[in-house]
Amino acid sequence: MSEFESKGQRFVALCMLGMLLFNYPILALFNVSGTLFGVPVLYAYIFIAWAALIALMAFIAESGGRR
Amino acid sequence: MLQETAIILTAFVYLGVLFAIAYYADERADAGRSIIASPYIYSLSLAVYATAWTFYGSVGRAASDGVGFLPIYIGPTLMIALWWVVLRKIMRISKQNRITSLADFIASRYGKSALLGGLVTVIAVIGILPYISLQLKAVSNSFTILVQYPEIVMPAKVGALSIRQDTALWVALILATFTIAFGTRHLDAAEHHQGMVAAIAFESLVKLLAFLAVGVFVTFGIYDGFGDLFGRVSAVPKLRAMLTPLEGVAGGYANWVWLTILSMMAIMFLPRQFQVAVIENVDEKHLNKAIWLFPLYMLAINIFVLPIAFGGLLRFPDGSVDADTFVLTLPMAEKRELLALLVFIGGLSAATGMVIVETIALSTMVCNDLVMPVLLRLRRLRLNERRDLTGLLLGIRRGAIVLILLLGYLYYKLAGEAYALVSIGLISFAAVAQFAPAILGGIFWKGGTRAGALWGLLAGFAVWLYTLFLPALARSGWLPLGLLEQGPFGIELLKPLQLFGLAGLDQISHAMIWSMIANVGAYVIVSLSASPSADEHRQASLFVDVFKHSGEAGGARFWRGTASVSDLYSLLARFLGTATADSAFGEYASAKGLNWPDERLIADAELVHYIEVQLAGAIGAASARVMVAAVAKEEALTIDEVREILDEASQVVVYSHKLEQKSRELEAATAELREANERLKELDRLKDDFISTVTHELRTPLTSIRAFTEILLDTPDVEVEQRKKFLGIITKEAERLTRLINQVLDLAKIESGKADWVESGVDMKQVISDTLAAMSQLFKEKNIKVEARLPEKVSTVTVDLDRMVQVMLNLLSNAVKFCDAANGRVEIALAEREGCLWVDVRDNGRGISPGDQEIIFQKFHQVGDALTDKPHGSGLGLHISRQIVEHFGGRMWVESSLGGGARFSFTLPTGAAT
Repeated sequence: MSEFESKGQRFVALCMLGMLLFNYPILALFNVSGTLFGVPVLYAYIFIAWAALIALMAFIAESGGRR
Repeated sequence: MLQETAIILTAFVYLGVLFAIAYYADERADAGRSIIASPYIYSLSLAVYATAWTFYGSVGRAASDGVGFLPIYIGPTLMIALWWVVLRKIMRISKQNRITSLADFIASRYGKSALLGGLVTVIAVIGILPYISLQLKAVSNSFTILVQYPEIVMPAKVGALSIRQDTALWVALILATFTIAFGTRHLDAAEHHQGMVAAIAFESLVKLLAFLAVGVFVTFGIYDGFGDLFGRVSAVPKLRAMLTPLEGVAGGYANWVWLTILSMMAIMFLPRQFQVAVIENVDEKHLNKAIWLFPLYMLAINIFVLPIAFGGLLRFPDGSVDADTFVLTLPMAEKRELLALLVFIGGLSAATGMVIVETIALSTMVCNDLVMPVLLRLRRLRLNERRDLTGLLLGIRRGAIVLILLLGYLYYKLAGEAYALVSIGLISFAAVAQFAPAILGGIFWKGGTRAGALWGLLAGFAVWLYTLFLPALARSGWLPLGLLEQGPFGIELLKPLQLFGLAGLDQISHAMIWSMIANVGAYVIVSLSASPSADEHRQASLFVDVFKHSGEAGGARFWRGTASVSDLYSLLARFLGTATADSAFGEYASAKGLNWPDERLIADAELVHYIEVQLAGAIGAASARVMVAAVAKEEALTIDEVREILDEASQVVVYSHKLEQKSRELEAATAELREANERLKELDRLKDDFISTVTHELRTPLTSIRAFTEILLDTPDVEVEQRKKFLGIITKEAERLTRLINQVLDLAKIESGKADWVESGVDMKQVISDTLAAMSQLFKEKNIKVEARLPEKVSTVTVDLDRMVQVMLNLLSNAVKFCDAANGRVEIALAEREGCLWVDVRDNGRGISPGDQEIIFQKFHQVGDALTDKPHGSGLGLHISRQIVEHFGGRMWVESSLGGGARFSFTLPTGAAT
């Protein structure tokens, strides 16, 4: 498998992970009252998951793919 | 200080700075030192996605339904994760085919269809109008609010304005002038606008900084951090419900998901996103950084949206202030004039960035895919005979920019007031989402046809018009509201907002569901129901298999006909100007190794295709097709011929891959064979040498045995003493013969690898002691002093004991043979170092000359003068010994000088090393 293909597959998998994280029912788990560091749980969850997703994207984009 | 003139002056200074940046970038680009060739500039230019909608509208949306604004940014993040697969392919296709716009892309994919290109352009222009009106509304509103400072009055309450005070109109006109100056200064065959990209990147920085400044001010200036702010929100009963916002709204999750999908499409297919991401891209590698930097930008610009929204709701609890304006009104309410001005500039940059890129992209589409194809077909205009059309092209584009902005203004006047910013923008998102099936299907599915794309787009767009555009006009009072409430002609099932009775969703999700069903359905069904034409088949293959076809020449295979070079040249010169045409021809010729115009070019398929691609860069694929077809007398290819060429090409590729592999294998095999042959020849020569030497060696003892036997036979009266002596010689020679034969057999076994090696842990000290003991009699007879220096204990080595004894016997008997006759002395040393056992056997004989030191290890080589010296052995002993030592991974060598004795040494790796 070429480097380009393996990188592409990783990105597709990451997109699927993102769709899972930002969709029912995972989203509903965090749609509760209460706060995290003073921020409502749902807002905190969305921003943290979003940041994590971007970090993974950076990792895959900048790495050379599977050796 | 916030007087009208000061605000206007600031705005113009800002626009001046933008223009300076663009001018500088263009100058640098002309000098060949581009400043936009950077992944960071590319990422920032992508942030043109964040418009006045993001800047003002997100807060408005957040103030009404909490996290509801976020799918607009999370969707793109998810889509960008797929960019490596999708956008990279679109980029590659666009570069190879000189695609200049979204419409060009779709037209080109489906057989360079001018009709399809025109339809896409119409959809894009109509669909984007609400979005442009949103920007005009945001800028004019923010200006109107700001000039009221220190009062905070909503624009609707300011009252009717004269034309002179109609800010939106002025904004539209100023932006039109500005865009014309930016985007249509000259005609670039690749549609690159480097100055524009640099300015956009700068604007992205400005709007981000402005927004973060307000966010930090509200969160940490007005309130005491996030905790304090959200704590106060939860203390207000009316606002508490917004903290778990996805519960209350009907179809909350469904709306969320549809918005996500919608913005996934938008980030790809908004004309301005396509422009910056694909057309303006100068290096595919920039994608690596943009893939994470751009989502990071979106994350950053959204962090403070909720705090500002809640801050606004707390500050203006009576609802007198429109939530869309919180970003501006909060600093104003807190009397922060400079911050308010910065916000105005930030909003201005968000809006201008969007308007500039969007109108440039749309004007290119209008010019290349709508106006030019029509003009070129109108024979009355005789455009084909005009010398220079560059002025015409620029004129059309400039006109299109003014027209689009005025239409945007018109939409703002007609429908802009009834909707919040985000709702206006989403209508445009839903329009461009209609391009998704045709484009995504087009690059991954060869079966998609022109008719399929056409009907899919028409159906999707019709549903969009009916479910989104129509209600927008109705709500603004331009159509009867009864249309929405009772349905057309009172037919309930056809209510635009609850089509076929589908209720419970928001307007956008509802429209998306029906338009996508219509669009994808029509695209697939029509595509499958008729077979594609030759042109479609060819383009489908070029697009879908873009990574398999190499270079721009890919399309040349499909052309057949005759043309003349001068016709092609004048065609190119008419649209691009003579200078560009000259350099294009020069480039083509030098790639062929020719010196144009001194040497003649041949107007073959490749040149014709090259001209068409160059032309496509300026006037779009469909128009370029028409123009080239007019100049070149083409023979149309039938669908079967195209298929044949495609099949041939793919077969040839497969076949040549196979051939390459075969020839590599053959080469390798040949090399191996040659090597084997060399080895065989060498072995053959060695064998001949060996046989001649062996027979020679065998003959010597045989000759003497025979000679003495004959003497004894012929002379029976030999004295007893003499006879005994002769018989002694015969016995000795026979023994030598036996030994020789044994050794030859031994050697043959070792060399053929058939020797039996019995390996075991052997203590070399023991071997040496035993050998010395066995030879002690010999030493005594020859009166040789033996000295052995053996250490206390050495590691065992894994070797064949008998063979090692054989080696030691050989070395020691050699030492005995060659050591000083009168005062013989032999030293044996054993040592262990560097993972090896070292054995030295030293004699004090006459030594071996340096030239002979390697030769003595060869077969049948004996040192000494063949005439005077008697042979001392078979000449195989040392050779066999070395073979044995080397078999166990050791080395054997000799150090000596003539007259100084000789030291034979060998090493054996100890267990640890082997």
